[in-house]
Amino acid sequence: MPAEIDTSSAKHLRGKYAIVGVGETSYSRGSGRTTRALATWAVGNAMRDAGLRADQVDGMLSYSSGDSTFAPFVAGDLGLRLDFYMDVFGGGSSTEALVGMAMGVIEAGMCKTVAIFRSMNGYSQVRIGGTGVRSAAPVVGDQLHGRAYGWQTAGQMFSFTFLRHMYEYGTTPEQVAMVKVIHSEHASNNPKAFYKQRVTVADVVNSKLICKPLHLLDCCVETDNATCIIVTRSERARDLKQRPALILGVAGRVSKPRMDMHYQHGPITRVAGHYAKDILWRNAGVGPEDIDVTGSYDAFTFTTMLQLEDYGFCKKGEGGHYVADGSMRLGGRRPNNTSGGHLCEGYTHGMNMVIENVRQLRGEADDNCPLGPDGKRRHSHDYREGGCRQVRDCELTANLGWAMPGTGSALVMARG
Amino acid sequence: MAGIRIDYLGMPLSLDELDGENLTFFNYCARHDFHLQKGPSGLMRYPPTTACPWTGERDHVWQRVEGRGAVYSYTEVHQAIQPAFRAFVPYMVLLVELDTQKGQPTADEGLRVMGNLCTADGKLAPPEMVRKVGIGSRVRMVFSDLAPGLSLPQWTLDETAPQPAKPWRYPQE
Repeated sequence: MPAEIDTSSAKHLRGKYAIVGVGETSYSRGSGRTTRALATWAVGNAMRDAGLRADQVDGMLSYSSGDSTFAPFVAGDLGLRLDFYMDVFGGGSSTEALVGMAMGVIEAGMCKTVAIFRSMNGYSQVRIGGTGVRSAAPVVGDQLHGRAYGWQTAGQMFSFTFLRHMYEYGTTPEQVAMVKVIHSEHASNNPKAFYKQRVTVADVVNSKLICKPLHLLDCCVETDNATCIIVTRSERARDLKQRPALILGVAGRVSKPRMDMHYQHGPITRVAGHYAKDILWRNAGVGPEDIDVTGSYDAFTFTTMLQLEDYGFCKKGEGGHYVADGSMRLGGRRPNNTSGGHLCEGYTHGMNMVIENVRQLRGEADDNCPLGPDGKRRHSHDYREGGCRQVRDCELTANLGWAMPGTGSALVMARG
Repeated sequence: MAGIRIDYLGMPLSLDELDGENLTFFNYCARHDFHLQKGPSGLMRYPPTTACPWTGERDHVWQRVEGRGAVYSYTEVHQAIQPAFRAFVPYMVLLVELDTQKGQPTADEGLRVMGNLCTADGKLAPPEMVRKVGIGSRVRMVFSDLAPGLSLPQWTLDETAPQPAKPWRYPQE
């Protein structure tokens, strides 16, 4: 750990809380179910995964952008009586922030175990990419300075930052395309992934231009899904089914100055991780060089790169090289998004990347290797197509959540 | 001031009568006159806000600003998401750093003003004009007149300014 990282604060919380259960639905286009039904499936799956009964989950948090259901409905459908719940407005980077909030409400004595969910029909109802109902909405008030110019979707709004990075640092389309290439390799070993097909750099840069510098394959995949993680005190994990993923540190919804007008405050190639890193590494007591697996948010290929830079996994401006040199690949120095992430497994607003890292820390991120007599997979660590996904000796993971260039959250977990 | 409800390219736009700052801003634009709020510290800000983002001061005067600058970044949209823009692809959304207040209050800041690349009469630019513009291109402000009291500030190539030999453009056309 670099000497300049201040590890003096939040030590008393380091490892005190854990993620003890994870669950999700399938990633589909056309779930045929309401977001309430999807959420109920995902939370139920996470409870079963943890070995928690209905009377043992007393807190619930969810996030959405008006396109989901509410915690009390889901709780009712699962026979839970809640002592605490809150449904917050938020998209990407909410997962890690809500992990921190769950720790806080348990620490405050308000409840003991919190299920956090995100549920969306991101393809069949409110399309996450911004087409459909969102694109047709009237342009009101401050939106006249943006949407009136045909500047509305995440891709359009982030592109100032992406293009300026290419201009300032010489980042190439082919380097950034490697994010998709590598995540597609990971997805090809993940039966849950919506896109399991491996792609090449040529496939990415020759796919349809959406808005420069984004091609179709630089953008994540809209799906219908619900995802859930369950947070409680680490000491409770002893009575539960799974090896816990210990929460070493969180940073939540850290923002750049003038977050809503991030393009006013430079350098615009700097993203919120620049500020969040000082909180994250201090709280976790580790640094980027200690991390075995990253989950750097891939709403777009570029977002993965920008965050890895600003959290210190490489020098500022060298992100293009980092994402292209194979470090992020299974078998590489520090694999990223081993499930295939948003680009291939499915877009969830961040939750599936935390779920995957929990499974990595348990040693259970594997759907293909042969089962041993104890019912556990015998990892081959052969990462060829259709093979293993488990990283060897995975002890520390980092999730880097992105809302937009101006806001991000992060989470470091350790093997329990 | 009354609010505004109009239609632009088939897209409903509205400003509430309570939104005094934006109404004032767009009213100046309707006179083809670009004004920004200037606080007691002397710093201007864009777009209109309740208070100065650097000092928190709410007092302000509206100050005329010259609409000239250089393209700081952009996106060129090939797949329009809003139905209003489908007929105009590829269209450009520019982030223009004004010459006024460039590098203030810190070296990395400036007044960066949005707008589409347009012709001199405020129409969305044709593809042959789009291909000439990139980071560093010198542009001047023009206006798209949408309705009485509401014009959008836009940008067009500044014919009077020396242009970079090769403005930086995304490598694929």
